[in-house]
Amino acid sequence: MRTAVIIPAFDEADALPAVLADLAAHVPDHEVIVVDDGSTDGTHLVAVAGGATCLRLPFNLGIGGALRLGFRHAVREGYDRAYQFDADGQHDATQIPTLLAALDDADMVIGSRFATDRGYRVGRSRGVAMALLRRLVGAISGQRFTDTSSGFRAFRRPVLEFFATEYPMEYMESVEALVLAVRHGFTVHEVPVTMRDRSAGTASNRNLRLVYHFVRLLIVLLAGGPGGRSRRTGRKGTSR
Amino acid sequence: MTGQTHALLAGLTVVAVLVIIRLVRRGALKAKYSVLWLTVGLVLAVAASVPTLLDRLADRLGIWYQPTLFLLLAIGFLLLVAMHFSYELSRLEKRVRALAEELALLRGPVEVDAPRTPEPPEPGPIGRDRTDGEPDGRELA
Repeated sequence: MRTAVIIPAFDEADALPAVLADLAAHVPDHEVIVVDDGSTDGTHLVAVAGGATCLRLPFNLGIGGALRLGFRHAVREGYDRAYQFDADGQHDATQIPTLLAALDDADMVIGSRFATDRGYRVGRSRGVAMALLRRLVGAISGQRFTDTSSGFRAFRRPVLEFFATEYPMEYMESVEALVLAVRHGFTVHEVPVTMRDRSAGTASNRNLRLVYHFVRLLIVLLAGGPGGRSRRTGRKGTSR
Repeated sequence: MTGQTHALLAGLTVVAVLVIIRLVRRGALKAKYSVLWLTVGLVLAVAASVPTLLDRLADRLGIWYQPTLFLLLAIGFLLLVAMHFSYELSRLEKRVRALAEELALLRGPVEVDAPRTPEPPEPGPIGRDRTDGEPDGRELA
């Protein structure tokens, strides 16, 4: 079974070496794919120096855009499964076996910070927003997810193939992707994991922008999302 | 409307249509967009040459203050144009994303042969000395 680690990275040259070292220590047999999302700080050099395969986007697409490229690459290279890992050191490599073990009975697994209380804290407004998303995703998917926006997720090949063309691009794309996968009939499970606080780099949530993206996300979820019929038919004319 | 405002409107219409035609001929405006703006020019021309047209139409529609009709039409039209542009933008964004991915895949994994790493550089295969250190596309980010 060939496993790929997909790491979207935007200006993460400072945090990336530690992450790559962590992965090399805990999961040496996994192929690490860093998607350099238009960084200008030499992230790609750090990635290659750390032994990763690095694909470079010509400009910044955002996490969703970088991920889709990673999925496409993983599909092309014939990986059986892949998981997403943060470049900023938030995710803990010791939790990877837990995540992958759950992939035995599911097409997609989400590592949840909140499934059990393991000490991960978020601010109040962020907490409220997350609670609302939880409710909404729960209502749409008919399943209970405690951490809809987690970026620590594993996928089996069928999901990789699906996401290689359908992965959403906008900010907070993980929530959209979750709903998309459930709607498409994939089995999605959640496992409790621990995460660290972000070690370097800045989290990309300025408040007004967050509100805008939150509203956008609500509209996408309520309107049936890009996974609905409209997107399917609209895809016909494009180059994929 | 008075005769002077009429002459002004007619003059502006002529200028607008001429500018559009010039832009299209120079290739600065794609023909499909020119259709849009030429239609506007045409409507304006008709409104300018038949002074009572708008007023009569407003009366027929029960609009008490006639210029409102003009404003209503203008706003409606501008909204449609804005919507059309949003649509085009969405499509373009999708394509640009696909192109960026395609480029990254075509470019292949980054290979660093230059002695940036502490280890001495190994002799790489001929013709594959891609260092990728240049700030390509940075200005677009």
